[in-house]
Amino acid sequence: MVHHNLREATALTERMDAIRAQFPVLNRKVKSKPLVYFDNAATAQKPITVIQELTRYYEQYNANIHRGIHTLAEEATEAFEATRDAIKDFIHAGAREEIIFTHGTTEAINLVARTWGREHIQEGDEILISAVEHHANIVPWQIVCEEKKANLKIIPVLENGALDIEALPTLLSTRTKLVAVSQASNALGTINPVAQIIEMAHEVGAVVLIDGAQSVVHLDIDVQALNCDFFVFSAHKLYGPTGVGVLYGKQEILESMPVFLGGGEMIKEVSFEKTTYNELPYKFEAGTPNIANVIAFKHALTFVHDLGRDAIRQHEHCLLAYATDLLSQIPSLRILGNTPEKLSLISFVIDNIHPQDLGILLDNQGIAVRTGHHCAQPLMHRYNISGTVRASFALYNTYDEIDVFVEGLKKAVRMLS
Amino acid sequence: MSLSSDIAIIEAEIIDEFSLFDSWEDKYEYIIDLGKKLPPLAAAHKTDDNKVRGCQSTVWLIARYEQGKIYFEADSDALIVKGLVSMLIRVLSGRTPDEILTAELGFIDAIGMHSHLAQTRSNGLRAMIKQMKHYALAFKNINPNQE
Repeated sequence: MVHHNLREATALTERMDAIRAQFPVLNRKVKSKPLVYFDNAATAQKPITVIQELTRYYEQYNANIHRGIHTLAEEATEAFEATRDAIKDFIHAGAREEIIFTHGTTEAINLVARTWGREHIQEGDEILISAVEHHANIVPWQIVCEEKKANLKIIPVLENGALDIEALPTLLSTRTKLVAVSQASNALGTINPVAQIIEMAHEVGAVVLIDGAQSVVHLDIDVQALNCDFFVFSAHKLYGPTGVGVLYGKQEILESMPVFLGGGEMIKEVSFEKTTYNELPYKFEAGTPNIANVIAFKHALTFVHDLGRDAIRQHEHCLLAYATDLLSQIPSLRILGNTPEKLSLISFVIDNIHPQDLGILLDNQGIAVRTGHHCAQPLMHRYNISGTVRASFALYNTYDEIDVFVEGLKKAVRMLS
Repeated sequence: MSLSSDIAIIEAEIIDEFSLFDSWEDKYEYIIDLGKKLPPLAAAHKTDDNKVRGCQSTVWLIARYEQGKIYFEADSDALIVKGLVSMLIRVLSGRTPDEILTAELGFIDAIGMHSHLAQTRSNGLRAMIKQMKHYALAFKNINPNQE
């Protein structure tokens, strides 16, 4: 069944064949059917430029960075640091020293919890997170709270998936030392009013960390305009390689923080009596970093920049509207997260059918979705469900794929009823 | 030893049944049907203690030991897993601890359901088999002389 009347042409739909050709994996078949990849919120597929740079690095200039005097080391160092500059521009940071490479969002949050958190959180203090957080933005703070006898407070979520911002004034106080919230929910796709949260948190003197793992893929990020103190995200959801994360922190805060991991790269001078530490950003980058993947990540940033972030957003928005419309016509299907502003992600449940059963039957039709609790179990408890089916759309997805998905879903429901 | 008590024979029967299906739809509809037909576990047994935790679906498993044989009952909140569980019960329930401990359960692979044993955290089937073997070991140790 084709619903052409609902298909709005976008700048990307006109060039879709050429765009999809940039992503080799989209050609593959799964269970003898063309792959429909709707698990983009877990990780996005990689454009050929990223894949080629990984190969080029290992074939042409593999070297350890920063201390080598030879040509290969210079080339690798230059390319590595060029990605740092590209990230600085991408999120509008004030200085390259504010961009720290980590292994991912999770490590970036843990870095802040273990350094800033351990130094500044005292007994009786409060850390405020939200009810929609990913486990990565819950557990590190629980560990700090337990260690310091501090308290974890939660911004509640409303039935439609919006945060209950009206509860903020009563949750924030001078005891609040840190607020850590996601800019968008990975489980619902809802966008949180972080600008407002940051402003209110700063009024009581709290420091704010924004988990941008989902939002950075879709929204324009300006960390200076947001005025957040920390912003964290991963490369792999943004069409880049796995194993690379970014911690942005305001320079004066990063300067004042104790070091995280000890080892090479992060030191200035080492003796057995005393070690002095390197300056930013290297102070937090102990050991040999993920050189190849950091270098290749720059090509992902270039790819989305060249395609146009507005054009990508418009395309994803149209896919979301189209899919929401079709899914809403399926009886007993309920979409979770119904705020006006959403990322291109639909999380839903169907009465009396387990999400896992749907996931298995969709996979047999070549359709990749995520099912389960999306590492947000407290949120699932809030809605009294064990999990959802989540379909998340990227710049290379099409209306045709949504048709395949919706028909595949209807078939799965028939088989399970 | 009677034919019905031989795990390998039951496994062969299941493999035979599945060889009749020529599409994934038929195969899964059969498993779903098995899931629907498996008698539900009484609510009183659906306790945390009886839970075999998978990441997404939950399996509850209880076992009783009678005259040297172990009898399993199980349930799941997901239908396909429940169908697979139903097959495991058909193969392993009413066997001696030793039979259960040495069962290799090659039929799961042979009927093309190996992906349900994969090392993703997506279901409790692998954990269920492990739990059944734990019961076998426990009952064997409680009553080592009884065959």
